[in-house]
Amino acid sequence: MNFELTEEQKLFKESIRDFASGEIAPVIDEYEEKQEFPYEIQRKMAGLGLFGLPFPEEYGGCGADFVTYAIAVEEIARVSASLAITVAAHTSLGSLTILVSGTEEQKKKWLVPLAKGEMLGAFGLTEPEAGSDAGATKTTAELSGDEWVINGTKCFITNSGTDISKIVTITAVTGMTGGKKEISNIIVPHGTPGFTVAPAYRKMGWHCSDTHELSFSDCRVPKENLLGERGKGFKAFLKALDCGRVGVAALSLGLASACLDESVKYAKERHQFGKPIGKNQAISFKCADMLMEIELARLATYKAAWCADEGRVYSREASIAKLFASETAMRAANMAVQIHGGYGYIEDYPVCRYFRDAKILEIGEGTSEIQRIVLARSLGL
Amino acid sequence: MNIVVCVKQVPDTSDPDTEVHIDSTGRGVDESKFSFVINDADNYAVEEAIRLKEKHGGEVTVVNIGPEGANQVIRMALAKGGNSAIRLFDEKFAFSDIVATARILHSAIKDLSYDIVMTGCMASDDGFAAVGVTLAQMLGIPHAAMVKHVEVIDEKKLKVGRELEGGLMEMLEIEIPCLLTIQTGINEPRYASFKGIREASKKEIKLMDLSAAGLGDDMVGEAGSVAVMKQYSVPEVGELAEMLEGDAGETSTKLAQILKEKGLV
Ligand SMILES: Cc1cc2nc3c(=O)[nH]c(=O)nc-3n(C[C@H](O)[C@H](O)[C@H](O)COP(=O)(O)OP(=O)(O)OC[C@H]3O[C@@H](n4cnc5c(N)ncnc54)[C@H](O)[C@@H]3O)c2cc1C
Repeated sequence: MNFELTEEQKLFKESIRDFASGEIAPVIDEYEEKQEFPYEIQRKMAGLGLFGLPFPEEYGGCGADFVTYAIAVEEIARVSASLAITVAAHTSLGSLTILVSGTEEQKKKWLVPLAKGEMLGAFGLTEPEAGSDAGATKTTAELSGDEWVINGTKCFITNSGTDISKIVTITAVTGMTGGKKEISNIIVPHGTPGFTVAPAYRKMGWHCSDTHELSFSDCRVPKENLLGERGKGFKAFLKALDCGRVGVAALSLGLASACLDESVKYAKERHQFGKPIGKNQAISFKCADMLMEIELARLATYKAAWCADEGRVYSREASIAKLFASETAMRAANMAVQIHGGYGYIEDYPVCRYFRDAKILEIGEGTSEIQRIVLARSLGL
Repeated sequence: MNIVVCVKQVPDTSDPDTEVHIDSTGRGVDESKFSFVINDADNYAVEEAIRLKEKHGGEVTVVNIGPEGANQVIRMALAKGGNSAIRLFDEKFAFSDIVATARILHSAIKDLSYDIVMTGCMASDDGFAAVGVTLAQMLGIPHAAMVKHVEVIDEKKLKVGRELEGGLMEMLEIEIPCLLTIQTGINEPRYASFKGIREASKKEIKLMDLSAAGLGDDMVGEAGSVAVMKQYSVPEVGELAEMLEGDAGETSTKLAQILKEKGLV
């Protein structure tokens, strides 16, 4: 067994950490405050390869492994959860689905600009009435001649409304087979008549990540925009979701680490009753717990990523990592604010944002409850 | 335009909480808890070298004196665009002063074909700011120190700006080949991309020990040095100094009282 990162992984981690602290940290609060998508940072990130890590070089990607991808998301999340989810949703949901199920032509047309970060990837699964129960999709796509005619609504779709959001892949019911819904994936280019992007949501956190409701009304796209086999859309999506969960786990890890860093710093600086508050075990033990949980979350996350690299089935590992890391991040954010006292409730202190950014981690890409269902099922319960 | 750029690996002291302790020999510091990074000024030198190469062609060779762990900073410089590297290491190099250090660098650089040799203007750990100019002397080439601007005039000449006190910039022309010690802030160093890092793993880092460098025992380390490191010490609290204790509020109040008492305000 070897827990050592490769030299390449170590160097990339260092480079991304330097980039995040040098280029993202000084400006991110302004974007967060204005709830504005940071195009300029996105462009710089693309230059480092951050939008194409696990994709083959022939499709414009880096040919990196999933462990490297997880490390990169973690490092970005130490500074900005918004940008980390931009990368994660783009990579594992929006783009990986095209790599996994796309035809050669679709890969050339869409995956190449996605992997280069010239375009952002988005995936629309969730609907107003189909969240955790994603199979309850109501959106329909009917084949009419050479076109799919799409009707329905998708909600909470990340990366779906920026200037560089050029396509969204959605799940839609394309018919019934044997009394069961046939769900397929279809690529819908922005600008297609009948496809409307609603104004951005006002969210609790992730303020400069781009999230919209999308609606489709007699929206027609060419037949060739079917992604993967007809009727296999849901399965393909679940596969991408495993990678998505590793991404969210890595994001959680980065956010939790940022909570710990700020907490330790503050616990040393802040004096009450004539000594640093960190000299009280009530405070120092909180930090000790954070350290322990973060390390365990890291092991679970890297292991799931490693399983993906080894080509193993890793749904269980991905669920464990996502569940434990996201709950670790929420606990860490909670403790970090507590350690900061009243200052932690004030936006001038970064832990205030960390707290707002953490909650969604227990919800998106399968809620904690759904992860527990997945794990219980894997035990035959 | 072929450029040689010297890089040093130093302890990362950017975190104000970094604790520096003298080790048991009294001649070194305990490095067990340090993480290491490229010396800040050297990072700018690497960037300047790569920019010149991108604009004018040629190759960038990275040179380092350091143990295996220093490969990290070398690879990073290669990932940003350096072409090849030389790492010099030998146990006998320990305790080399600036003259011995410059001599070791000289042994590797003298046979390379170069137009410009760059170093950082100062190392953040020992702060001598003297290796670059000493190396220029050994190579027998002109130098400019604290350089904050480089412009190629033609194949024979550079225009360089040196930063002086008060933000004054001294512009001068210097003949090629020459050595420049680069000041921080001359450019905005890039970050290595994933592809750059992957490419770097294929580039050669040539290793040179004492004999490969063609040097004798008496030319390096303490024996080859003109200044010998005797001992580190932490300044003692003097009797005349009064240390004010407490938080910022308390100490500033005390300071104000003292200044008032002594009739200074
Ligand atoms: C900022 C943001 C970004 C998002 N990005 C995307 C995106 O890019 N693409 C996309 O498709 N979706 C996206 N989502 C949607 C997200 O994945 C869903 O919100 C999530 O899956 C939960 O669905 P829901 O909101 O409908 O909650 P519901 O499914 O209605 O769940 C409500 C509560 O009931 C619980 N619950 C539901 N069923 C069960 C059960 N069987 N047993 C026990 N408890 C249960 C849930 O755990 C939860 O606590 C995003 C959401 C947000 C807020």
